[in-house]
Amino acid sequence: MYEGAVQDLIDELGRLPGVGPKSAQRIAFHLLSAESTDVSRLVAALTRVQQEVRFCVTCYNVAEAEQCRICRDPRRTDDVLCVVEEPKDVVAIERTREFRGRYHVLGGAISPIDGVGPDDLRVKELMTRLMNGAVTELIIATDPNLEGEATAAYLARLVSPMGLAVSRLASGLPVGGDLEYADEVTLGRAFEGRRRIDA
Amino acid sequence: MYVRHLQVGSFRNWEHVDLPLGPGPTVFVGRNGEGKTNLVEAIGYLATMGSHRVSSDAPLVRHGAEQAVVRAALRRGDRELLVEIEINPGRANRVRVNRGPLPRPRELLGMVRTVLFAPEDLALVRGDPTERRRFLDELLVTRTPRLAGVRSDYDRVLKQRNALLKTARLARGKAIETLDVWDGHLTDYGGQLLAARLHLVADLAPHMSEAYAEVAGEGAVVAGLGYSSTVPLAGTGSAVAPGAPVPSAAELTEAMRERIAERRNDELDRGMTLVGPHRDDLVIHLGPAQAKGFASHGESWSLALALKLATFALLRGEGEDPILILDDVFATLDAERRAALAAVARSAEQTLITAAVVDDVPEELRGVRVEVGGGYAVVVKDGPGVGERAVVEGRVP
Repeated sequence: MYEGAVQDLIDELGRLPGVGPKSAQRIAFHLLSAESTDVSRLVAALTRVQQEVRFCVTCYNVAEAEQCRICRDPRRTDDVLCVVEEPKDVVAIERTREFRGRYHVLGGAISPIDGVGPDDLRVKELMTRLMNGAVTELIIATDPNLEGEATAAYLARLVSPMGLAVSRLASGLPVGGDLEYADEVTLGRAFEGRRRIDA
Repeated sequence: MYVRHLQVGSFRNWEHVDLPLGPGPTVFVGRNGEGKTNLVEAIGYLATMGSHRVSSDAPLVRHGAEQAVVRAALRRGDRELLVEIEINPGRANRVRVNRGPLPRPRELLGMVRTVLFAPEDLALVRGDPTERRRFLDELLVTRTPRLAGVRSDYDRVLKQRNALLKTARLARGKAIETLDVWDGHLTDYGGQLLAARLHLVADLAPHMSEAYAEVAGEGAVVAGLGYSSTVPLAGTGSAVAPGAPVPSAAELTEAMRERIAERRNDELDRGMTLVGPHRDDLVIHLGPAQAKGFASHGESWSLALALKLATFALLRGEGEDPILILDDVFATLDAERRAALAAVARSAEQTLITAAVVDDVPEELRGVRVEVGGGYAVVVKDGPGVGERAVVEGRVP
Protein backbone atom coordinates (compact mmCIF):
# COMPACT_ATOMS: atom_id res chain seq x y z
CA MET A 1 0.00 0.00 0.00
CA TYR A 2 1.14 3.49 -0.83
CA GLU A 3 0.27 6.82 0.75
CA GLY A 4 -3.10 8.48 0.07
CA ALA A 5 -3.07 10.08 -3.39
CA VAL A 6 -0.83 7.51 -5.07
CA GLN A 7 -2.88 4.59 -3.80
CA ASP A 8 -6.10 6.35 -4.85
CA LEU A 9 -4.70 6.72 -8.36
CA ILE A 10 -3.65 3.06 -8.47
CA ASP A 11 -7.09 1.97 -7.25
CA GLU A 12 -8.85 4.08 -9.87
CA LEU A 13 -6.63 2.85 -12.69
CA GLY A 14 -7.11 -0.71 -11.50
CA ARG A 15 -10.85 -0.38 -12.01
CA LEU A 16 -10.40 0.18 -15.73
CA PRO A 17 -11.05 -2.81 -17.99
CA GLY A 18 -7.95 -4.76 -18.89
CA VAL A 19 -5.79 -3.11 -16.23
CA GLY A 20 -4.67 -5.37 -13.41
CA PRO A 21 -3.07 -4.23 -10.12
CA LYS A 22 0.48 -4.51 -11.51
CA SER A 23 -0.31 -2.49 -14.64
CA ALA A 24 -2.17 0.09 -12.54
CA GLN A 25 0.91 0.55 -10.40
CA ARG A 26 3.12 0.89 -13.45
CA ILE A 27 0.86 3.50 -15.06
CA ALA A 28 0.61 5.42 -11.78
CA PHE A 29 4.38 5.67 -11.40
CA HIS A 30 4.75 6.55 -15.04
CA LEU A 31 2.36 9.46 -14.50
CA LEU A 32 4.27 10.54 -11.38
CA SER A 33 7.52 10.82 -13.30
CA ALA A 34 6.00 12.24 -16.51
CA GLU A 35 6.26 15.88 -17.61
CA SER A 36 3.53 17.95 -16.03
CA THR A 37 2.34 19.13 -19.48
CA ASP A 38 1.75 15.47 -20.50
CA VAL A 39 -0.30 14.87 -17.39
CA SER A 40 -2.26 18.08 -17.94
CA ARG A 41 -3.08 16.97 -21.48
CA LEU A 42 -4.41 13.66 -20.14
CA VAL A 43 -6.47 15.48 -17.52
CA ALA A 44 -7.86 17.80 -20.17
CA ALA A 45 -8.75 14.89 -22.44
CA LEU A 46 -10.58 13.13 -19.63
CA THR A 47 -12.46 16.29 -18.73
CA ARG A 48 -13.46 16.89 -22.33
CA VAL A 49 -14.71 13.34 -22.73
CA GLN A 50 -16.83 13.75 -19.66
CA GLN A 51 -18.21 17.14 -20.61
CA GLU A 52 -18.52 17.08 -24.36
CA VAL A 53 -19.07 13.53 -25.53
CA ARG A 54 -22.62 12.31 -25.51
CA PHE A 55 -24.70 9.79 -27.31
CA CYS A 56 -26.29 10.47 -30.68
CA VAL A 57 -30.05 10.95 -30.23
CA THR A 58 -30.75 8.81 -33.30
CA CYS A 59 -28.36 5.87 -33.23
CA TYR A 60 -26.73 6.12 -29.74
CA ASN A 61 -23.23 6.12 -31.14
CA VAL A 62 -20.83 8.48 -29.38
CA ALA A 63 -21.22 12.01 -30.72
CA GLU A 64 -20.05 15.53 -30.03
CA ALA A 65 -23.27 17.10 -31.24
CA GLU A 66 -26.96 16.26 -31.11
CA GLN A 67 -26.39 13.67 -33.83
CA CYS A 68 -23.27 11.70 -34.65
CA ARG A 69 -21.20 12.20 -37.78
CA ILE A 70 -22.77 9.21 -39.53
CA CYS A 71 -26.39 10.16 -38.83
CA ARG A 72 -25.66 13.70 -40.11
CA ASP A 73 -24.05 12.48 -43.34
CA PRO A 74 -26.54 13.07 -46.22
CA ARG A 75 -24.62 10.77 -48.57
CA ARG A 76 -25.50 7.64 -46.59
CA THR A 77 -28.59 5.60 -47.40
CA ASP A 78 -31.51 5.43 -45.00
CA ASP A 79 -32.90 2.09 -46.15
CA VAL A 80 -30.27 -0.19 -44.61
CA LEU A 81 -29.73 -0.25 -40.87
CA CYS A 82 -26.95 -2.11 -39.11
CA VAL A 83 -27.45 -3.06 -35.44
CA VAL A 84 -24.33 -3.36 -33.29
CA GLU A 85 -23.62 -3.82 -29.60
CA GLU A 86 -21.14 -1.04 -28.91
CA PRO A 87 -19.84 2.19 -30.48
CA LYS A 88 -16.49 0.44 -31.06
CA ASP A 89 -18.29 -1.98 -33.38
CA VAL A 90 -19.36 0.99 -35.51
CA VAL A 91 -15.73 2.00 -35.83
CA ALA A 92 -14.77 -1.55 -36.79
CA ILE A 93 -17.41 -1.75 -39.53
CA GLU A 94 -16.59 1.77 -40.76
CA ARG A 95 -13.00 0.69 -41.31
CA THR A 96 -14.23 -1.77 -43.95
CA ARG A 97 -15.76 1.11 -45.99
CA GLU A 98 -18.19 -1.50 -47.30
CA PHE A 99 -21.28 -0.33 -45.52
CA ARG A 100 -23.01 2.91 -46.56
CA GLY A 101 -26.18 2.69 -44.47
CA ARG A 102 -26.87 3.85 -40.94
CA TYR A 103 -26.26 2.27 -37.54
CA HIS A 104 -28.08 1.53 -34.35
CA VAL A 105 -26.04 0.94 -31.18
CA LEU A 106 -27.77 -1.29 -28.62
CA GLY A 107 -25.37 -0.60 -25.79
CA GLY A 108 -24.65 -4.28 -25.05
CA ALA A 109 -26.15 -7.73 -25.48
CA ILE A 110 -28.78 -9.70 -23.60
CA SER A 111 -27.13 -11.44 -20.66
CA PRO A 112 -29.34 -12.44 -17.72
CA ILE A 113 -26.26 -13.29 -15.60
CA ASP A 114 -25.23 -9.64 -15.79
CA GLY A 115 -28.83 -8.55 -15.33
CA VAL A 116 -29.08 -7.22 -18.88
CA GLY A 117 -32.43 -7.76 -20.57
CA PRO A 118 -34.00 -6.15 -23.66
CA ASP A 119 -35.23 -3.22 -21.55
CA ASP A 120 -31.67 -2.35 -20.62
CA LEU A 121 -30.70 -2.11 -24.28
CA ARG A 122 -31.91 0.41 -26.85
CA VAL A 123 -34.38 -2.01 -28.34
CA LYS A 124 -37.45 0.17 -27.92
CA GLU A 125 -35.62 2.99 -29.67
CA LEU A 126 -34.75 0.62 -32.50
CA MET A 127 -38.39 -0.36 -32.92
CA THR A 128 -39.38 3.31 -33.03
CA ARG A 129 -36.83 3.95 -35.78
CA LEU A 130 -38.07 0.98 -37.78
CA MET A 131 -41.73 2.09 -37.43
CA ASN A 132 -41.29 5.16 -39.63
CA GLY A 133 -40.81 2.88 -42.63
CA ALA A 134 -37.63 4.28 -44.18
CA VAL A 135 -35.63 1.15 -43.34
CA THR A 136 -36.18 -1.86 -45.60
CA GLU A 137 -33.22 -3.99 -44.59
CA LEU A 138 -31.85 -4.79 -41.17
CA ILE A 139 -28.36 -6.22 -40.68
CA ILE A 140 -27.76 -7.66 -37.23
CA ALA A 141 -24.07 -7.40 -36.41
CA THR A 142 -23.95 -8.44 -32.76
CA ASP A 143 -20.92 -10.42 -31.58
CA PRO A 144 -20.78 -14.09 -32.68
CA ASN A 145 -20.81 -15.34 -29.08
CA LEU A 146 -23.64 -16.82 -27.05
CA GLU A 147 -25.03 -13.50 -25.81
CA GLY A 148 -24.69 -11.86 -29.22
CA GLU A 149 -26.46 -14.76 -30.91
CA ALA A 150 -29.26 -14.65 -28.34
CA THR A 151 -29.69 -10.93 -28.91
CA ALA A 152 -29.76 -11.46 -32.67
CA ALA A 153 -32.35 -14.23 -32.37
CA TYR A 154 -34.47 -12.06 -30.10
CA LEU A 155 -34.34 -9.06 -32.45
CA ALA A 156 -35.06 -11.19 -35.51
CA ARG A 157 -38.17 -12.53 -33.82
CA LEU A 158 -39.23 -9.08 -32.68
CA VAL A 159 -39.03 -7.44 -36.10
CA SER A 160 -40.32 -10.35 -38.15
CA PRO A 161 -43.93 -8.98 -38.31
CA MET A 162 -42.58 -5.79 -39.93
CA GLY A 163 -41.67 -7.56 -43.15
CA LEU A 164 -38.09 -6.30 -43.34
CA ALA A 165 -35.23 -8.15 -44.93
CA VAL A 166 -33.27 -9.27 -41.87
CA SER A 167 -29.77 -10.72 -42.09
CA ARG A 168 -27.02 -11.71 -39.70
CA LEU A 169 -23.33 -11.20 -40.41
CA ALA A 170 -21.72 -14.38 -41.71
CA SER A 171 -19.34 -16.21 -39.41
CA GLY A 172 -16.69 -18.55 -40.59
CA LEU A 173 -13.09 -18.68 -41.70
CA PRO A 174 -10.80 -15.71 -41.29
CA VAL A 175 -9.40 -14.33 -44.53
CA GLY A 176 -5.76 -15.22 -45.06
CA GLY A 177 -5.98 -18.03 -42.50
CA ASP A 178 -5.44 -21.75 -42.77
CA LEU A 179 -8.29 -24.21 -42.72
CA GLU A 180 -6.42 -26.54 -40.39
CA TYR A 181 -6.17 -23.91 -37.65
CA ALA A 182 -9.91 -23.23 -37.48
CA ASP A 183 -11.74 -24.72 -34.51
CA GLU A 184 -14.60 -27.16 -35.14
CA VAL A 185 -17.37 -24.70 -34.32
CA THR A 186 -16.07 -22.03 -36.68
CA LEU A 187 -15.44 -24.56 -39.41
CA GLY A 188 -18.93 -26.03 -38.88
CA ARG A 189 -20.44 -22.56 -39.25
CA ALA A 190 -18.41 -21.93 -42.36
CA PHE A 191 -19.86 -25.11 -43.85
CA GLU A 192 -23.39 -24.09 -42.95
CA GLY A 193 -22.90 -20.66 -44.49
CA ARG A 194 -21.07 -21.83 -47.64
CA ARG A 195 -21.69 -19.96 -50.85
CA ARG A 196 -22.19 -21.11 -54.40
CA ILE A 197 -19.46 -19.95 -56.76
CA ASP A 198 -20.90 -18.39 -59.89
CA ALA A 199 -18.67 -19.38 -62.76
CA MET B 1 -0.02 -45.54 -25.10
CA TYR B 2 2.30 -45.15 -22.14
CA VAL B 3 4.10 -42.44 -20.21
CA ARG B 4 7.80 -42.73 -20.88
CA HIS B 5 8.86 -39.86 -18.69
CA LEU B 6 7.08 -37.73 -16.12
CA GLN B 7 8.16 -34.40 -14.73
CA VAL B 8 6.15 -32.36 -12.27
CA GLY B 9 6.98 -29.01 -10.71
CA SER B 10 5.27 -27.44 -7.71
CA PHE B 11 2.50 -30.01 -7.97
CA ARG B 12 0.82 -30.86 -4.65
CA ASN B 13 3.62 -31.79 -2.19
CA TRP B 14 6.25 -32.18 -4.92
CA GLU B 15 8.64 -29.37 -5.64
CA HIS B 16 10.21 -31.25 -8.50
CA VAL B 17 10.08 -34.83 -9.73
CA ASP B 18 11.77 -36.31 -12.74
CA LEU B 19 10.78 -39.91 -13.28
CA PRO B 20 11.46 -42.37 -16.08
CA LEU B 21 8.59 -44.83 -16.55
CA GLY B 22 8.07 -47.76 -18.85
CA PRO B 23 5.38 -49.95 -20.33
CA GLY B 24 3.82 -52.68 -18.20
CA PRO B 25 2.90 -52.38 -14.53
CA THR B 26 4.64 -49.97 -12.15
CA VAL B 27 3.84 -49.80 -8.45
CA PHE B 28 4.20 -46.52 -6.57
CA VAL B 29 4.77 -47.60 -3.02
CA GLY B 30 5.21 -45.53 0.13
CA ARG B 31 3.54 -44.54 3.34
CA ASN B 32 0.36 -42.50 3.37
CA GLY B 33 0.83 -38.80 2.81
CA GLU B 34 4.15 -39.14 0.98
CA GLY B 35 2.66 -38.20 -2.40
CA LYS B 36 2.14 -41.44 -4.37
CA THR B 37 -1.32 -40.54 -5.48
CA ASN B 38 -0.19 -37.02 -6.38
CA LEU B 39 2.09 -38.48 -9.05
CA VAL B 40 -0.62 -40.53 -10.74
CA GLU B 41 -3.06 -37.67 -10.24
CA ALA B 42 -0.72 -35.54 -12.37
CA ILE B 43 -0.94 -38.09 -15.19
CA GLY B 44 -4.72 -38.19 -14.82
CA TYR B 45 -4.73 -34.41 -15.15
CA LEU B 46 -3.12 -34.66 -18.59
CA ALA B 47 -6.13 -36.66 -19.74
CA THR B 48 -9.05 -34.77 -18.22
CA MET B 49 -7.55 -31.43 -17.16
CA GLY B 50 -9.13 -32.08 -13.82
CA SER B 51 -8.34 -34.07 -10.70
CA HIS B 52 -10.20 -37.14 -9.52
CA ARG B 53 -9.89 -35.87 -5.98
CA VAL B 54 -10.72 -32.16 -6.01
CA SER B 55 -12.97 -30.04 -8.20
CA SER B 56 -10.82 -26.90 -8.33
CA ASP B 57 -7.20 -26.52 -9.40
CA ALA B 58 -5.97 -24.49 -6.43
CA PRO B 59 -5.12 -27.50 -4.20
CA LEU B 60 -2.95 -28.93 -6.99
CA VAL B 61 -0.44 -26.12 -6.73
CA ARG B 62 2.25 -26.52 -4.12
CA HIS B 63 1.86 -24.21 -1.15
CA GLY B 64 3.62 -20.93 -1.86
CA ALA B 65 3.94 -21.47 -5.62
CA GLU B 66 1.90 -19.59 -8.22
CA GLN B 67 1.57 -22.38 -10.73
CA ALA B 68 2.18 -26.06 -11.12
CA VAL B 69 3.69 -27.76 -14.16
CA VAL B 70 3.09 -31.28 -15.41
CA ARG B 71 5.25 -32.44 -18.31
CA ALA B 72 5.10 -35.90 -19.82
CA ALA B 73 6.71 -37.69 -22.72
CA LEU B 74 4.31 -40.31 -24.00
CA ARG B 75 4.81 -43.11 -26.43
CA ARG B 76 1.99 -43.76 -28.84
CA GLY B 77 2.79 -46.67 -31.10
CA ASP B 78 6.13 -45.60 -32.56
CA ARG B 79 5.48 -41.91 -32.09
CA GLU B 80 6.50 -39.64 -29.28
CA LEU B 81 4.08 -37.15 -27.77
CA LEU B 82 5.30 -34.39 -25.49
CA VAL B 83 2.63 -32.74 -23.38
CA GLU B 84 3.16 -29.87 -20.99
CA ILE B 85 0.49 -28.18 -18.85
CA GLU B 86 0.99 -25.12 -16.77
CA ILE B 87 -1.77 -25.16 -14.16
CA ASN B 88 -2.81 -21.63 -13.25
CA PRO B 89 -5.58 -21.65 -10.66
CA GLY B 90 -8.17 -18.98 -11.39
CA ARG B 91 -6.71 -18.34 -14.84
CA ALA B 92 -6.52 -20.26 -18.08
CA ASN B 93 -4.03 -23.13 -18.14
CA ARG B 94 -1.30 -23.08 -20.74
CA VAL B 95 -0.81 -26.23 -22.76
CA ARG B 96 2.00 -27.17 -25.11
CA VAL B 97 2.03 -30.27 -27.28
CA ASN B 98 5.30 -31.26 -28.93
CA ARG B 99 6.66 -27.87 -27.81
CA GLY B 100 4.00 -25.93 -29.72
CA PRO B 101 1.41 -24.01 -27.68
CA LEU B 102 -2.25 -24.95 -28.14
CA PRO B 103 -4.45 -21.91 -28.74
CA ARG B 104 -7.21 -23.48 -26.65
CA PRO B 105 -6.16 -25.75 -23.74
CA ARG B 106 -9.36 -27.72 -24.36
CA GLU B 107 -7.80 -29.12 -27.54
CA LEU B 108 -5.62 -31.36 -25.39
CA LEU B 109 -8.63 -33.43 -24.31
CA GLY B 110 -8.70 -36.82 -25.99
CA MET B 111 -4.96 -36.90 -26.76
CA VAL B 112 -3.89 -38.60 -23.54
CA ARG B 113 -6.24 -41.38 -22.57
CA THR B 114 -6.38 -42.76 -19.06
CA VAL B 115 -8.75 -44.89 -17.08
CA LEU B 116 -8.42 -44.23 -13.38
CA PHE B 117 -9.87 -46.42 -10.65
CA ALA B 118 -9.75 -45.06 -7.11
CA PRO B 119 -11.63 -45.44 -3.81
CA GLU B 120 -13.57 -42.28 -4.78
CA ASP B 121 -15.25 -44.33 -7.53
CA LEU B 122 -17.57 -45.97 -5.03
CA ALA B 123 -19.52 -42.71 -5.43
CA LEU B 124 -20.25 -43.75 -9.03
CA VAL B 125 -22.56 -46.40 -7.62
CA ARG B 126 -23.66 -44.90 -4.33
CA GLY B 127 -23.21 -41.16 -4.78
CA ASP B 128 -25.14 -38.33 -6.40
CA PRO B 129 -26.06 -38.24 -10.09
CA THR B 130 -23.45 -35.46 -10.46
CA GLU B 131 -20.68 -38.07 -10.16
CA ARG B 132 -22.16 -40.28 -12.86
CA ARG B 133 -22.81 -37.34 -15.20
CA ARG B 134 -19.21 -36.27 -14.80
CA PHE B 135 -18.05 -39.81 -15.51
CA LEU B 136 -20.15 -39.96 -18.69
CA ASP B 137 -19.12 -36.53 -19.92
CA GLU B 138 -15.42 -37.08 -19.28
CA LEU B 139 -15.56 -40.29 -21.27
CA LEU B 140 -17.58 -38.59 -24.01
CA VAL B 141 -14.96 -35.92 -24.40
CA THR B 142 -12.15 -38.46 -24.41
CA ARG B 143 -13.81 -40.30 -27.29
CA THR B 144 -15.13 -37.25 -29.14
CA PRO B 145 -13.14 -34.13 -28.18
CA ARG B 146 -15.53 -31.87 -30.13
CA LEU B 147 -18.10 -32.44 -27.40
CA ALA B 148 -16.02 -30.47 -24.88
CA GLY B 149 -17.18 -27.36 -26.75
CA VAL B 150 -20.80 -28.48 -26.84
CA ARG B 151 -20.70 -29.19 -23.15
CA SER B 152 -19.21 -25.85 -22.15
CA ASP B 153 -21.66 -24.01 -24.44
CA TYR B 154 -24.51 -25.94 -22.84
CA ASP B 155 -23.29 -24.97 -19.36
CA ARG B 156 -23.09 -21.35 -20.36
CA VAL B 157 -26.59 -21.24 -21.84
CA LEU B 158 -27.83 -23.02 -18.74
CA LYS B 159 -26.31 -20.37 -16.46
CA GLN B 160 -27.86 -17.58 -18.52
CA ARG B 161 -31.23 -19.28 -18.63
CA ASN B 162 -31.23 -19.98 -14.90
CA ALA B 163 -30.34 -16.36 -14.19
CA LEU B 164 -33.26 -15.32 -16.38
CA LEU B 165 -35.68 -17.71 -14.69
CA LYS B 166 -34.62 -16.43 -11.30
CA THR B 167 -35.34 -12.82 -12.25
CA ALA B 168 -38.51 -13.89 -14.06
CA ARG B 169 -39.79 -15.28 -10.80
CA LEU B 170 -39.50 -11.87 -9.20
CA ALA B 171 -40.83 -9.85 -12.13
CA ARG B 172 -43.02 -12.37 -13.85
CA GLY B 173 -43.79 -11.76 -17.50
CA LYS B 174 -41.19 -9.03 -17.91
CA ALA B 175 -37.96 -10.90 -18.54
CA ILE B 176 -39.73 -13.91 -19.92
CA GLU B 177 -40.01 -12.66 -23.47
CA THR B 178 -36.39 -13.61 -24.10
CA LEU B 179 -36.82 -17.10 -22.65
CA ASP B 180 -37.70 -18.58 -26.04
CA VAL B 181 -34.35 -17.47 -27.40
CA TRP B 182 -32.44 -19.26 -24.65
CA ASP B 183 -34.68 -22.31 -25.06
CA GLY B 184 -33.56 -22.54 -28.67
CA HIS B 185 -29.86 -22.54 -27.75
CA LEU B 186 -30.35 -24.85 -24.76
CA THR B 187 -32.21 -27.50 -26.71
CA ASP B 188 -29.74 -27.32 -29.61
CA TYR B 189 -26.77 -28.11 -27.41
CA GLY B 190 -28.87 -30.32 -25.11
CA GLY B 191 -29.99 -32.54 -27.99
CA GLN B 192 -26.39 -33.05 -29.12
CA LEU B 193 -25.25 -33.87 -25.61
CA LEU B 194 -28.14 -36.29 -25.04
CA ALA B 195 -27.52 -38.11 -28.32
CA ALA B 196 -23.83 -38.47 -27.49
CA ARG B 197 -24.56 -39.75 -23.99
CA LEU B 198 -27.08 -42.28 -25.28
CA HIS B 199 -24.62 -43.60 -27.84
CA LEU B 200 -22.00 -43.88 -25.11
CA VAL B 201 -24.31 -45.77 -22.74
CA ALA B 202 -25.30 -48.13 -25.56
CA ASP B 203 -21.62 -48.76 -26.40
CA LEU B 204 -20.59 -49.18 -22.79
CA ALA B 205 -23.44 -51.45 -21.61
CA PRO B 206 -22.25 -54.74 -23.15
CA HIS B 207 -18.72 -54.16 -21.78
CA MET B 208 -20.26 -53.49 -18.37
CA SER B 209 -22.13 -56.80 -18.31
CA GLU B 210 -19.03 -58.65 -19.39
CA ALA B 211 -16.75 -56.91 -16.90
CA TYR B 212 -19.14 -57.49 -14.01
CA ALA B 213 -19.40 -61.19 -14.80
CA GLU B 214 -15.60 -61.27 -14.75
CA VAL B 215 -15.34 -59.41 -11.44
CA ALA B 216 -18.21 -61.05 -9.56
CA GLY B 217 -17.47 -64.55 -10.79
CA GLU B 218 -19.63 -67.50 -11.83
CA GLY B 219 -23.35 -67.38 -11.17
CA ALA B 220 -23.53 -63.67 -10.41
CA VAL B 221 -26.55 -61.67 -11.59
CA VAL B 222 -26.17 -59.61 -14.74
CA ALA B 223 -25.20 -55.93 -14.48
CA GLY B 224 -26.50 -53.41 -16.99
CA LEU B 225 -26.66 -49.70 -17.72
CA GLY B 226 -29.54 -47.39 -18.46
CA TYR B 227 -30.10 -43.67 -18.92
CA SER B 228 -32.72 -41.86 -16.94
CA SER B 229 -33.62 -38.53 -18.48
CA THR B 230 -35.76 -35.49 -17.81
CA VAL B 231 -36.53 -35.76 -21.53
CA PRO B 232 -38.69 -38.91 -21.80
CA LEU B 233 -37.52 -39.78 -25.33
CA ALA B 234 -33.92 -40.04 -24.05
CA GLY B 235 -34.66 -42.86 -21.63
CA THR B 236 -36.52 -43.82 -18.52
CA GLY B 237 -33.63 -45.58 -16.83
CA SER B 238 -34.33 -49.16 -17.81
CA ALA B 239 -31.33 -51.20 -18.91
CA VAL B 240 -30.47 -50.69 -22.57
CA ALA B 241 -30.85 -53.72 -24.80
CA PRO B 242 -28.02 -54.48 -27.23
CA GLY B 243 -28.62 -52.98 -30.66
CA ALA B 244 -31.56 -50.82 -29.57
CA PRO B 245 -31.84 -47.72 -31.79
CA VAL B 246 -30.75 -44.35 -30.38
CA PRO B 247 -32.75 -41.23 -31.28
CA SER B 248 -30.90 -38.60 -33.31
CA ALA B 249 -29.73 -35.26 -31.91
CA ALA B 250 -32.44 -33.46 -33.92
CA GLU B 251 -35.16 -35.71 -32.51
CA LEU B 252 -33.84 -35.21 -28.98
CA THR B 253 -33.68 -31.45 -29.46
CA GLU B 254 -37.32 -31.48 -30.53
CA ALA B 255 -38.34 -33.72 -27.62
CA MET B 256 -36.47 -31.47 -25.20
CA ARG B 257 -38.19 -28.41 -26.63
CA GLU B 258 -41.61 -30.01 -26.09
CA ARG B 259 -40.77 -31.07 -22.57
CA ILE B 260 -39.51 -27.60 -21.67
CA ALA B 261 -42.75 -26.08 -22.94
CA GLU B 262 -44.74 -28.49 -20.76
CA ARG B 263 -42.75 -27.65 -17.68
CA ARG B 264 -42.53 -23.92 -18.16
CA ASN B 265 -44.69 -23.08 -15.15
CA ASP B 266 -42.70 -25.36 -12.86
CA GLU B 267 -39.50 -23.80 -14.09
CA LEU B 268 -40.83 -20.32 -13.42
CA ASP B 269 -41.98 -21.34 -9.95
CA ARG B 270 -38.64 -22.85 -9.02
CA GLY B 271 -36.53 -20.33 -10.89
CA MET B 272 -34.33 -22.93 -12.53
CA THR B 273 -34.03 -25.16 -15.58
CA LEU B 274 -35.58 -28.53 -14.78
CA VAL B 275 -35.26 -30.25 -18.15
CA GLY B 276 -32.03 -31.27 -19.83
CA PRO B 277 -28.92 -33.46 -19.59
CA HIS B 278 -27.76 -31.54 -16.50
CA ARG B 279 -30.58 -33.22 -14.52
CA ASP B 280 -30.19 -36.72 -15.93
CA ASP B 281 -28.57 -39.82 -14.50
CA LEU B 282 -26.76 -42.94 -15.53
CA VAL B 283 -28.56 -45.89 -13.97
CA ILE B 284 -26.55 -48.95 -12.98
CA HIS B 285 -28.62 -52.12 -12.87
CA LEU B 286 -27.88 -55.26 -10.95
CA GLY B 287 -30.18 -58.03 -12.05
CA PRO B 288 -33.75 -56.71 -12.00
CA ALA B 289 -33.03 -53.88 -9.52
CA GLN B 290 -31.23 -50.56 -9.60
CA ALA B 291 -27.86 -50.79 -7.89
CA LYS B 292 -28.16 -47.52 -5.99
CA GLY B 293 -29.70 -48.15 -2.60
CA PHE B 294 -29.97 -51.86 -3.29
CA ALA B 295 -26.51 -53.28 -3.91
CA SER B 296 -24.45 -54.35 -0.89
CA HIS B 297 -21.14 -52.69 -0.12
CA GLY B 298 -19.25 -55.49 -1.82
CA GLU B 299 -21.50 -55.45 -4.87
CA SER B 300 -21.17 -51.68 -5.10
CA TRP B 301 -17.39 -52.04 -5.18
CA SER B 302 -17.65 -54.70 -7.87
CA LEU B 303 -19.96 -52.49 -9.93
CA ALA B 304 -17.65 -49.49 -9.65
CA LEU B 305 -14.70 -51.66 -10.68
CA ALA B 306 -16.68 -53.22 -13.53
CA LEU B 307 -17.66 -49.77 -14.80
CA LYS B 308 -14.01 -48.76 -14.98
CA LEU B 309 -12.96 -52.04 -16.58
CA ALA B 310 -15.77 -51.58 -19.10
CA THR B 311 -14.43 -48.11 -19.85
CA PHE B 312 -10.99 -49.60 -20.38
CA ALA B 313 -12.39 -52.27 -22.71
CA LEU B 314 -14.37 -49.68 -24.67
CA LEU B 315 -11.35 -47.44 -25.24
CA ARG B 316 -9.12 -50.43 -25.97
CA GLY B 317 -11.65 -51.55 -28.57
CA GLU B 318 -11.07 -48.25 -30.39
CA GLY B 319 -7.55 -49.34 -31.19
CA GLU B 320 -5.28 -48.12 -28.42
CA ASP B 321 -4.85 -49.05 -24.78
CA PRO B 322 -5.49 -46.16 -22.42
CA ILE B 323 -3.11 -45.80 -19.47
CA LEU B 324 -4.63 -47.72 -16.57
CA ILE B 325 -4.25 -46.00 -13.20
CA LEU B 326 -5.17 -47.94 -10.07
CA ASP B 327 -5.03 -45.64 -7.09
CA ASP B 328 -4.94 -47.46 -3.76
CA VAL B 329 -7.57 -50.04 -4.67
CA PHE B 330 -6.01 -53.48 -4.28
CA ALA B 331 -6.15 -53.40 -0.47
CA THR B 332 -9.92 -53.05 -0.51
CA LEU B 333 -10.68 -55.89 -2.93
CA ASP B 334 -11.18 -59.57 -2.13
CA ALA B 335 -9.24 -62.33 -3.87
CA GLU B 336 -11.65 -62.85 -6.77
CA ARG B 337 -11.90 -59.18 -7.65
CA ARG B 338 -8.14 -58.71 -7.23
CA ALA B 339 -7.58 -61.48 -9.72
CA ALA B 340 -9.99 -59.96 -12.24
CA LEU B 341 -8.33 -56.57 -11.91
CA ALA B 342 -4.82 -58.02 -12.00
CA ALA B 343 -5.58 -59.83 -15.25
CA VAL B 344 -6.51 -56.56 -16.96
CA ALA B 345 -3.67 -54.67 -15.27
CA ARG B 346 -1.16 -57.18 -16.60
CA SER B 347 -2.48 -57.00 -20.13
CA ALA B 348 -2.64 -53.18 -20.35
CA GLU B 349 0.11 -51.40 -22.20
CA GLN B 350 0.87 -49.42 -19.05
CA THR B 351 -0.58 -49.75 -15.56
CA LEU B 352 0.31 -47.36 -12.77
CA ILE B 353 -0.58 -48.64 -9.31
CA THR B 354 -0.32 -46.93 -5.94
CA ALA B 355 -0.23 -48.86 -2.68
CA ALA B 356 0.86 -48.17 0.89
CA VAL B 357 2.28 -51.68 1.22
CA VAL B 358 3.68 -53.57 -1.74
CA ASP B 359 2.22 -56.83 -0.40
CA ASP B 360 -1.25 -55.49 -1.18
CA VAL B 361 -0.43 -55.67 -4.88
CA PRO B 362 -0.62 -59.04 -6.67
CA GLU B 363 2.84 -60.46 -7.07
CA GLU B 364 2.87 -60.51 -10.87
CA LEU B 365 2.46 -56.71 -10.94
CA ARG B 366 5.30 -55.84 -8.58
CA GLY B 367 8.23 -55.97 -10.99
CA VAL B 368 8.93 -52.26 -11.26
CA ARG B 369 8.44 -50.02 -8.27
CA VAL B 370 8.71 -46.34 -7.55
CA GLU B 371 9.53 -45.97 -3.90
CA VAL B 372 8.08 -42.76 -2.58
CA GLY B 373 9.11 -41.30 0.74
CA GLY B 374 10.91 -38.44 2.44
CA GLY B 375 10.45 -36.18 -0.55
CA TYR B 376 12.07 -38.63 -2.98
CA ALA B 377 10.67 -40.85 -5.70
CA VAL B 378 13.12 -43.58 -6.71
CA VAL B 379 12.65 -46.18 -9.44
CA VAL B 380 13.61 -49.66 -8.28
CA LYS B 381 13.68 -52.69 -10.55
CA ASP B 382 14.06 -56.32 -9.59
CA GLY B 383 17.38 -57.34 -10.98
CA PRO B 384 18.17 -60.56 -12.82
CA GLY B 385 19.20 -62.32 -9.61
CA VAL B 386 16.62 -63.09 -6.93
CA GLY B 387 16.26 -60.27 -4.41
CA GLU B 388 18.72 -58.06 -6.20
CA ARG B 389 17.66 -54.42 -6.43
CA ALA B 390 18.98 -51.76 -8.70
CA VAL B 391 18.33 -48.09 -8.20
CA VAL B 392 17.74 -46.69 -11.66
CA GLU B 393 17.18 -43.07 -11.00
CA GLY B 394 16.56 -40.91 -7.99
CA ARG B 395 15.69 -37.34 -7.69
CA VAL B 396 16.38 -34.92 -4.91
CA PRO B 397 13.36 -32.67 -4.31
